[in-house]
Amino acid sequence: MQAAEIDIVSVTKKYGSATAVDGISLKIPAGAYCCLLGPSGCGKSSTLRMIAGHETISDGDIRLGGKVVTDFPPARRSTAMMFQSYALFPHMDLIDNVAFSLKMKGVEKGERRARALEMLKLMQMEAYATRRPAQLSGGQQQRVALARALITDPEALLLDEPLSALDPFLKIRMRAELKRLQKSLGITFVHVTHSQDEAMALADLIVVMNDGRIEQAAAPREVFERPATAFVARFMGDHNVVSGRVTGHGDGLVTFEVPGGQTLVASGRAMEAGRAVDVGIRTDRVRIGAAESQGFGFTAIVSNIEYQGASVKLSVTGAGIEDFTVITDDAAFFASPVIVGEAIPLSWAAGDASILGALDS
Amino acid sequence: MTAAIVEDEAQMEKPAKPAAERLGRLAAAAASYLQALPLTLILGFFFVLPILTIIIVSFWDYDFAGIYPDFMTMNYTDTLGSWVTWKTYLNTLRYAAIVWVLTLVIGFCVAYFLAFHVRTAAMQMVLFLVCTVPFLTSNIIRMISWIPVLGRNGLVNSTLVQAGIIPAPIEWLLYSDFAVVLAMVHLYTLFMVTPIFNTLMRIDRSLIEAARDAGASGWQTLWNVIIPLAKPGMAIGTIFVVTLVMADFSTVQVMSGGQSASVALMMKNQMSLLQYPAAAANAVVLLILVLLMVAGILRVVDIRKEL
Repeated sequence: MQAAEIDIVSVTKKYGSATAVDGISLKIPAGAYCCLLGPSGCGKSSTLRMIAGHETISDGDIRLGGKVVTDFPPARRSTAMMFQSYALFPHMDLIDNVAFSLKMKGVEKGERRARALEMLKLMQMEAYATRRPAQLSGGQQQRVALARALITDPEALLLDEPLSALDPFLKIRMRAELKRLQKSLGITFVHVTHSQDEAMALADLIVVMNDGRIEQAAAPREVFERPATAFVARFMGDHNVVSGRVTGHGDGLVTFEVPGGQTLVASGRAMEAGRAVDVGIRTDRVRIGAAESQGFGFTAIVSNIEYQGASVKLSVTGAGIEDFTVITDDAAFFASPVIVGEAIPLSWAAGDASILGALDS
Repeated sequence: MTAAIVEDEAQMEKPAKPAAERLGRLAAAAASYLQALPLTLILGFFFVLPILTIIIVSFWDYDFAGIYPDFMTMNYTDTLGSWVTWKTYLNTLRYAAIVWVLTLVIGFCVAYFLAFHVRTAAMQMVLFLVCTVPFLTSNIIRMISWIPVLGRNGLVNSTLVQAGIIPAPIEWLLYSDFAVVLAMVHLYTLFMVTPIFNTLMRIDRSLIEAARDAGASGWQTLWNVIIPLAKPGMAIGTIFVVTLVMADFSTVQVMSGGQSASVALMMKNQMSLLQYPAAAANAVVLLILVLLMVAGILRVVDIRKEL
């Protein structure tokens, strides 16, 4: 199998007057594992379905491995799609399910059954070959769906929330299997999900979408460490997002004022005073203790404490900041515990607060 | 069921008292039988009893003036030994087969259109109600209204003659097998549309996308995915149509102008001659035949999912 690069060029999808996907451009390198991540209704599924050819494209083009496939039917795109509920044919046994596309192509019965069985073997499902899909568990159904998608030798596999129907334990096992499969086949995977964990665990390229637009497309580490926008920072969940207005700048640092009155400092490019900014502060980098220099911390009141095993999660409020989370190491926390209602000083290093960008609208 | 649960709960609240407990349990058991009683009575009185009566009467004796309790198989030997009976049965089966094929094809097309081509649920409902509009009038009226359409000087013939397409009126439009089949298809197609529409609506739309993704053309999807999944609906519709056609006498009588016979029509004639035991024997034979047909359909298609 050979992998295809997927090139999405200012693609728009409109349903009547509603815009589901708003002029997005994205290049997915050949052989990459790409996760389209976002809340429901953000346009990630529509994007996937446009790549697959199950949804017409209102405007723009999609190129697959160099050829424009915008108006091709799904079967001519050398993509294969795996559906959310797997969409296995309930009236056929597993061999016929997997051999379906070969049958449609007119491959002779003996050959197509042999090839289907081979594919089921690859997925370790050959023991169930004569069963119906309803007799399988969720994880087994997923393997059959994978076998059915892969028998067409696709250059790209498109997966629509493939793990959402599984229980949490199986989810983690199947995602490891997906990753291994993608590595061994070497083809491009595009995987739609609303779970940050899943995207972080699987992707080479995470595409965070919101409201029909791409907020950030980058490697997982970059998305995590340098979220491009306040939305990404909030959605990934490991940053506190503090909003305020710029009061001054200098030396690669921007001073801003939170509506409650506190003045804080964050690293970022110089910008004019009075402008609204969002600043991201990693939850796991906030320490309990006074700041070394002015503007890298504040005093807050603890409103909730959650013990999470290796870490402890503190929810705090103060200095005009409503919702601020601190994740601290369990050893450090229990060395000097705090209680709900206590006022504590919080601080962080200069590099841990950074100005978040915004999409131009 | 609910009453039984309530009973159970009431029982649990009581202090442990063996006799009262046993009584309570008995009452609970009796309650479920009591709840099943009304339906048992209704079915027993209106369904089992009449059939038993027919079976019993089919063994009785009769002459031109009355019927006499007896146990003789003459009614059956008369019925099964007469070539008229066999011809009538064959004719009825022929009607059933033709009407079945036509209603199946038309019914599937209508149901397919409603389920897959009509986008909004509201429009589906409206069009489905339109299908049921003919049922607002009685069977007989709908049948009789074909006469001015198909008659010798009816709408069709006079239009065709005036348009110069045919020189003289077509004779076989009315009072013929054609008219019988036409009227039956008109009367019974909805019984095919409804169950097929039901099964089609339950087909997961992603299955059709999956078929398309695998390179299936529209016809291939229809043949390999939709029709196999619609089989239970087709089977239920088939049971409706076949049983209705097998038991039909008014359509055959009116539309064939008395020139064709069906089993039910034969029974009706026997009854008007007061040959009740003969009609009863005929009815038992027809009942067995129809039950065999239904059993055959159920063997071929598993309809349990649909019930």
